[in-house]
Order: sequence, then C-alpha cells, then structure tokens
Amino acid sequence: MYAWILILTLLAVMAVAYQLGIKRAVSSVGGLTQINALHSLPSYYGLYAALWAGIPALLLMGLWVGFQDQIVTSLVTAHLSPDMLEGQSAGRIDLILNDIKNLATGNIVSATVTPEVQAAADQYARLELIATWSMWLAVLAVALGGMAYAWRRTGPQMRARNRVESIFLAIMIVFSSIAILTTLGIILSVLFESLRFFELVSPVEFFLGTKWSPQIALRADQVGATGAFGAIPLFTGTLMVSLIAMLVAVPIGLMSAIYLSEYASRSVRAVAKPVIEVLAGIPTVVYGFFAALTVAPVIRDLGASIGLEVASESALAAGLVMGIMIIPFVSSLSDDVINAVPQSMRDGSYALGATQSETIRRVIVPAALPGIVGGILLAVSRAIGETMIVVMAAGMSANLTANPLDSVTTVTVQIVTLLTGDQEFDSAKTLAAFALGLTLFLVTLTLNIVALSIVRKYREQYE
Amino acid sequence: MNNLDASTPGAPPRHAIDIVNASLKRRYARESRFRLVGLIAVILGLAFVVLLFADIVSKGYTAFQQTYIRLPIALTLEGIDPAGTPDAQALANADYMAPIKAALRQTFPEVTERRELRLLNSMVSVGAADLLREQVMDNPSLIGTTQEIWVLADDDIDMLVKGTIDRDIAQGDRRVKDDMLGWVDRLEKQGRIEKRFNTIFFTHGTSREPELAGIAGALMGSFYTLLLTLALSFPIGVGAALYLEEFAPKNRWTDLIEVNINNLAAVPSIVFGLLGLAVFIGFFGIPRSTPLVAALVMTLMTLPTIIIASRVSLKSVPPSIREAALGVGASPLQTQFHHVLPLALPGMLTGAIIGMARALGESAPLLMIGMIAFIVDVPGGFTDPATVLPVQIYLWADSPERGFVERTSAAIMVLLAFLFLMNLAAVLLRRKFERRW
Repeated sequence: MYAWILILTLLAVMAVAYQLGIKRAVSSVGGLTQINALHSLPSYYGLYAALWAGIPALLLMGLWVGFQDQIVTSLVTAHLSPDMLEGQSAGRIDLILNDIKNLATGNIVSATVTPEVQAAADQYARLELIATWSMWLAVLAVALGGMAYAWRRTGPQMRARNRVESIFLAIMIVFSSIAILTTLGIILSVLFESLRFFELVSPVEFFLGTKWSPQIALRADQVGATGAFGAIPLFTGTLMVSLIAMLVAVPIGLMSAIYLSEYASRSVRAVAKPVIEVLAGIPTVVYGFFAALTVAPVIRDLGASIGLEVASESALAAGLVMGIMIIPFVSSLSDDVINAVPQSMRDGSYALGATQSETIRRVIVPAALPGIVGGILLAVSRAIGETMIVVMAAGMSANLTANPLDSVTTVTVQIVTLLTGDQEFDSAKTLAAFALGLTLFLVTLTLNIVALSIVRKYREQYE
Repeated sequence: MNNLDASTPGAPPRHAIDIVNASLKRRYARESRFRLVGLIAVILGLAFVVLLFADIVSKGYTAFQQTYIRLPIALTLEGIDPAGTPDAQALANADYMAPIKAALRQTFPEVTERRELRLLNSMVSVGAADLLREQVMDNPSLIGTTQEIWVLADDDIDMLVKGTIDRDIAQGDRRVKDDMLGWVDRLEKQGRIEKRFNTIFFTHGTSREPELAGIAGALMGSFYTLLLTLALSFPIGVGAALYLEEFAPKNRWTDLIEVNINNLAAVPSIVFGLLGLAVFIGFFGIPRSTPLVAALVMTLMTLPTIIIASRVSLKSVPPSIREAALGVGASPLQTQFHHVLPLALPGMLTGAIIGMARALGESAPLLMIGMIAFIVDVPGGFTDPATVLPVQIYLWADSPERGFVERTSAAIMVLLAFLFLMNLAAVLLRRKFERRW
C-alpha cells in the first residue's frame, strides 16, 4: 500500500523536476528572449531533469522492495535464541518465521505464542517499520539528488535532447530484450528444476517407464503409492487426444477453407468466415465446461445405448471438443495459403478442361501443401499444449491404452495436478511437473520452428 | 496429334471428345460431391458455434433469477429492546436465523417432529440470516414489527422451482424429499414463492452454497489483473515494436529477438505458468494468488501479440511521413514520437485490446500461481488474494451441486459478453481510424 503512495510521490517529484528543469534552462540563457542560445528545446531540459529524478529512485525502490523482506527476516532469525532453532528442520524454522510475521501483522498464528516469539514479532514489526521509513527517505533523497544533479548540469551548452533521446532508446532496447529474457527465464527455470528431478529419477525411467503414479507414500506402510515416474502413458494419452482433435479439425477446417475460398459467394464468405473464427476467440475453459458437462454425457449415453462401455471422462470427448476449438486455426491458416496460390495456376488448369474440384485437388492443394502442413503442425502444437479442456474433460488416471473410449491423462493435466496440490519445491512430485513442462516446451518449440520455417519458405516462393 | 482413336481394331473410331464426354457425367458427379463435402464442413463449423452458444445459454439463463420465499417474520430479536435504539454491535451479533425458523414453523404449524422441522428449516438458505441482518441494520425501525419478508431459498428448492429436479424419480435418489415437495407446492399456491432477479450473483464473492455464490470477487480480480497487465504490456510492447521496427540494426541479435517473439507467441500458456511459479513466486517471492503475480505472467504472455500487432501497424505508416519529418529537421526519435506513433496508435490499441481479450479468457497459467484458492472476499487491490473469472468458472464447473451448473454457465455468459465487447471495441476502433494511404 505504502509503495503506491511512494510511487505517486515520486511522480509528483518528477513533475516538479520537469518544471524546474525548464525554468533553469530558460534562466541560464537569460530569459525567453535569449532562448535561441539553448542547444535543445526547453522541454528536453525538463525531461532530462525528470528522468534524473525518477529513474535512479525507481531502480533503488525496486531493489529495496525486492530485498527488504529477506534482510529483515535474516536479522530476526539472527536474533532468535539458538535453542529455539537447534535441531529443527528447515520447514519448522519456516513455520516459526511465518508465525512471527503473522503475529507482527496481526494475522492468525498457528502455534501458541511464547514470549520469545512475541519478542521476535515485535522486533520484526519494528525493523519493518524502520526499513519502510528508511526506504522513503532513501528513495526521496535519491530523487532529489538526481534533480540537483540535473539542475547543476543544465546550461546552454548541454545537449539535452541527445541525452534524453539516448535514454529513451536505451529503455526501448531493454523493452525489446524482455522477449529474450522471457525465453531465457522459461528455459532456465524449467531446466533447473528438471535437472533436480533427474537427480532423483533417472531420465531413462522418466522417458521409457510405463507406470505413472506420482504419489509418494507419506508413511512406510502405505500401499499402492510407490511413486513411479514413467511418463509413457502421459505421452500416449496426449498423442491420442491430439490425434482425435486433428481427425476432427483437419477435415472440417481444410474443407471449409476450400469451400469458402473457392466456391462460396462473397456474401456467404463474409458471414461464415467470421462466425467460424468466433470459435478461436472462445476461452478454453468454456470448451472444457462444454466437454465435461455436455459432450461427455452424450457420448457415454450413446455408448451405453449400443452396448459400449464408455468412461465418463473419455479421451474421445476431450479430443472432439479440442478438435472443434482448433477448426478455425486450421481453416484460417489454410485459407491464407490457398489464397496465396496464384490465379494463373487455376486458370491454367481450367484451360485444360479440368473441373473446379479437379483443379483444387490436383493443382491448388498440392501447390498449397507445404503451407497447409505447416498450419497443421502449428495446430498440433496447439493441441499438445492445450490445458483446460483436458483438465476438465480428460481423466487423471494414467492408462496406457489405445481405446479412445477409455479415460487417459495428458502431460498438461499432470502438470496442473502436480502443482495445484501441496507445494514443496524439493519433492520429486512437484519437480516432475517441471520435467514434464520441459518436455512440453521442447516438443512444441520444435513443432513451431519447423512449422514456421515451412510456412515462411512457402510464402517466399510465390511472392 | 495424340492418337487416341482406333485403339481396338474393328471398333468405330473414337475421338478424344468422346472419351471426355463419356467421363463427364462421372466427373460432374464428383464435382458436386466435393462441393457438398465442403458445404457440409462449413455447416458443421457453423453448427458447432450455434451448439456451443445454445448449450451455454440454455443451461445458464435461469441463473439470473433466484427463488425467494415470502415469510411473515416477527422481528423480535433476542436481547434487543424494540423500544430503545440498539447499538450496531448488538444488532450485528443478534441471531437472525431464529425469527426465520419461527416464521417457517408458523407457516407450517402441523410440522412438529424434529426430523421434519430440520427439513423445513433447510428450505431457506444458510445465508438468509446474513441477508436479513443487512436489511435490519439498514432499517433498525423494523425491530419489533412483523414483516412479510422475501427470504432467500436453499439451492435445492431453487432447482425444484426452476424445474431442474425431476419430481418423478424415487425419493431416495432425489435431493428434495417428498415432504418438501408438498410444502413448496403449498407455498406456491399461497403466492409465497417467487423468482426474482439474482442480485447476489453480481454483488457477492464465491461461496460453497450455490445460492450465495456470485462473481463479484472474480470480476474484480480479473479487472485488477487486466488493468496491471495493460499498464505493463502496452508501453513495453510498443517500445519494443518501435525499436525493432524503426531503430534496430539488422544483425544477428535482432534476428534472434524476432524469431524469439514469433516462437513465444506459440508457446503453450501453461509453460508461462511454470515460469511464473519458478521465477516470480519461487525466486522473487511475490505473494501467490494475487493480481500482481497474475498480471506479470499475463504481461509476458500477451507481449508477443502486442509487439507483432504494433509492428504491423508501424509498417503500415508510409515512409513518406518519416522522410518529410526528417526533411524538416526532426530527430529520428522526434519523427517517431511526433509523427509515426500517433498514426500507428489505433492499430496498436487494437492489438492491445485483442491481447487483453486473450488474457481475460486465459486460465491455465493462473492455476499454477495459486489463483485457484477459495477466496470469498472481493479483492480490493493488486496484492489481495484473488481469483479471476475463467478460473472461477473452472472451480464452479468442478463443484458437484446442481445449482453450480447454471451459475457456471451464467458466469461463462458474462465472460463471453465481456470478450464480445472488447472485440467489438477493437473492430470499431479499427474501422474508425483505418486509413488507406
């Protein structure tokens, strides 16, 4: 809460600095009549002062907010009597520290409050207060210091515009590196946790094992909870659901793209194309709801009426609905590549006496094939990474089966189940989620790179 | 010439045109079959859209109404003197369930047995007392009088009145017992049951009781998350696009950034959740299940969309504008900020709105960062624990009570309405500011 007030205060200081910078610049050349002697427009001197007041202070504040809690906590821990911490596991110490924090902020405490804890809590509260106030002082001091620096530097010779512009350019470079940082962050975070996982479970077992039951026994005498991490059933489950989805999406998507771009009249196309693309804008959680509460019961009842046993969370239901979701993906990508096929190729085919469908099947589709394949690969990567539909409509049990009426589980479902329960960062169970995430990331990345390069190469061909 | 004729000796000479003519019927039939298949595909696609919306609406429209029971409630509250002015603390602590129960007993005087009385009491919602307390605290002069008050019904009664519960199945398989059926019929005959507009749905946070569950908390959570996402991702996205499109030298580094952005746009959203969990929560220690951490994850997720849209929009500004500005002495940055950016801004805003619409519907990464916690309170800031609308839908869809099905569908309708409005805004914006150079 205080952070927001501080940010607003900083903005106010920056506004003041802006005005002062302009004033200073104008007066340094002897008033508005002499303004031509200035190197830059007065507003650049204002911006220069505002940036000097704002940026160092904001950076300091970010660092302070980031590290204040850790430093205060370590100070409090250092003051705790050693016999309180001796022989305690890391988890217990965390619990005690949590209690101290909760006590200090007036929340509910899990254990009874001993005088020691009370004292530590008082100390914690005191230190937090001191830290917060010193942050205010330090940040405002830096802001005013920056302002004073800009004030001192401001003069007719200073190249304010160039300096302000190079700061802006630097900010833009930082912004565009965020994309790289994100990728790096994904790879590093997933990779580190995966490596820790592979210390506990061998990669051979993970990639080739056929038994998946990540529950690790809480007690030694518990049965059926051995903690097996063979991911093959997850991979086959993911493939099956994706395959069903593609069996739905590719024919419908491709045929509707062909029909809409080659046969349909302009008015039909103007209505049908955006309506089908509505499917792409619907949140996946809505599809999940549709799959779990409408499609799955219908399939189960249908199966029962012809004497088939269908699991209530069948791969078929999830795959069907995922296919519906992917239709606009396939159709709009195929539409693009079909339209990119030059008209001269069509005309050539018609001139030889081919019918429209022969032209489409023998000329247009082969010509557009690389693009269509690229689009389908993108759709597959989308299907593999899709989460909500399978979480809601596919099951949790890792069956190694080829029967689409059975319940299967997928990589994404397991990531969600493993990470939404209890969360300790060092148990094999949570680390397994990161290993699955790494696999997912690498597979989809490969698919995307291949697909994008196919699509790009194909586009260049006709441009 | 091709020698197609006289293939078999003795037969009349065949011309190419004859072969073509002989096959024409078959080829035309094929043509129309192909066309039909295409048409069927289009119709199927359209049918899915209709089916999806019809399913959601038919399941959810009833949730906008809620059943209330009118009861003659004697507001004699234990320990509160009707004559004096009661203080707020005593008013808040009083037992409001007792007068409701008394009114129920008075309406059905023949019910005396303990088990039946419990059934009778279960007809009103457990939250009815809280609602009554709000009414009385707003208007303390009610104390001591007997008022006909509309009391919130339990979700089972609500389902029964709305016709969702089948009266014909055996009592054991039905959540509403035979006794209750009779009571509800009698109340209906007396005009004591009414369906009214469901304000609770829009003003309350979530609850374990379907009749008390609302989307206000999730809506506010989504609002804070989107606000922060927009505030972070729009400036960053525009800045990055501006640099990459206008200033960046064409070298390996910028190529790498470019490939990277395209690939990030296609990374499964759940991977961003893993990133958020490991980096923002695990490393930086940002409190989980807050709009703050959700917005950070969403920012990283929507950035590629916004950058790509912004670059397209910058590309569409003709070079003559830049050359003219540079020609009269503007610096490169002045050229961009004073001339190119204002012209490209509508397109960038359109991209941002579409990115926000995607962020509004996204739920998978938020499951990872703790947004699935059960939070009743409506969040009041960026660091309050919160949930968002799609995650609320996911949680409700998992709840076994029948009453949550219609609420889930209704929440989906609200979500789709917001998405529709955002996309409409994007389309209108594009149409209004679209320029052909």
